[in-house]
Amino acid sequence: MSSGPALVSILRQGSFLIASVHTALDDSEMLRFRGDLIDQIGRYRARGVIIDVAALDVLDSFGFNTLRSIAEMARLRGAETVIVGIQPDLALAMVQLGMGTGSVSTALDLEEGLDFLHARLSAPPDRLGRRG
Amino acid sequence: MSRMSQNSPPADGSRTTDDSTVAAEQEQLLPQLVAHLREHRSKLREEWVGRIRDAHLLEAMTQQEMAAETTSVYDNYVEVLETGSVEALQHYARDLSERIIPRGVETHEVVGIVLLLRDVLARSLFEKYQRDFSLLNRILDAYEPAANRIANTVAVSFVDERERVIRQQQDSIRELSTPVLPVRERLLILPIIGVLDSERARQLTEQLLAGIRTHRAKVVVIDITGAPDVDTTVANHLVQTVDASRLMGASVIITGLSPTIAQTLVDLGVDLSKIHTMGDLQGGLEEAERLLGYHVTRKDGATTT
Repeated sequence: MSSGPALVSILRQGSFLIASVHTALDDSEMLRFRGDLIDQIGRYRARGVIIDVAALDVLDSFGFNTLRSIAEMARLRGAETVIVGIQPDLALAMVQLGMGTGSVSTALDLEEGLDFLHARLSAPPDRLGRRG
Repeated sequence: MSRMSQNSPPADGSRTTDDSTVAAEQEQLLPQLVAHLREHRSKLREEWVGRIRDAHLLEAMTQQEMAAETTSVYDNYVEVLETGSVEALQHYARDLSERIIPRGVETHEVVGIVLLLRDVLARSLFEKYQRDFSLLNRILDAYEPAANRIANTVAVSFVDERERVIRQQQDSIRELSTPVLPVRERLLILPIIGVLDSERARQLTEQLLAGIRTHRAKVVVIDITGAPDVDTTVANHLVQTVDASRLMGASVIITGLSPTIAQTLVDLGVDLSKIHTMGDLQGGLEEAERLLGYHVTRKDGATTT
């Protein structure tokens, strides 16, 4: 995110990437976010990706589809994705618009997401940490 | 008014007087009428009570209550005839409704007794003035509109009061209807008692999602043993609730689907393949504990999970 305040921050934590979306993104920002994230998965050889949307109170279908495509693309590049921090209202709005969970994993918050990835990759965190 | 045309002599000169005279005359007639009704108060009241009993109305009331209520209704009635103000009657009718609604008195009974009173009083007026048809006509002209207004007011007040009671009950049902209860760390149960309509289902979803957030729940057991029936809307809403909970990282187990509900859901073709169900609440809790990694053991070593 080059100009203005960061809309999304992508942090590295061991072999995981943690992407926090700070504000609602428009379509082009969403696509740029996807590009950046997929790019970094390869660069850092990440095994897991956490997308934190706790700051979002709306998400349109394009946004959700992009998140889903990120999960798919990340899987193809060898990383597991989990979306965390979906707010109650957002969750309700999403299912009402027919955007079910489908293949994407979700968790309550960042902590849960980390636990989920650790469990999914079935390896203790310190070992993964060294490897990343 | 049909009664009047039957009783009017064909060439009744007095009916053709202009309106202002009629109005002035009615003003004098009403006090006369009220005086008559006051004078024969106890006789007319008893006749009225007799008619009520014959018609099998207000059978929920005891003799004494009947006497007290009919007396005050009678007095109110006459007072309204006298003053023309229905406000006091409105208050009284509302009070009365508040007292009798919990005892199962129906609208037709209330309307029935007021119409009976109207009839009893009209008959007594007939009797008194039967020798002078034109006077009788004028008396009835004064009496009938007032009596109609009274019947109307009582019926409307009664129905208003009933609706108020119903609204109040709906509100209280809504308030206590959907408790979200933490049973173990990260495990919520949501017992649903009573009919699920779409309003309640919506509220339930909101409370559940908020509960998942507050209690950081991973597993939710929704028990619908106490729900008598569901329809398509509600079933789809349940599916949405499960999906929304999953988006927030909690898995949902639905328990206590009765045979009727199971059949309804299958017949309706609601897609429940993604929903995790267990037979009863106990099974649901055991499954939830398994998902959360709890292992319940008894002190003597027997396991329950």
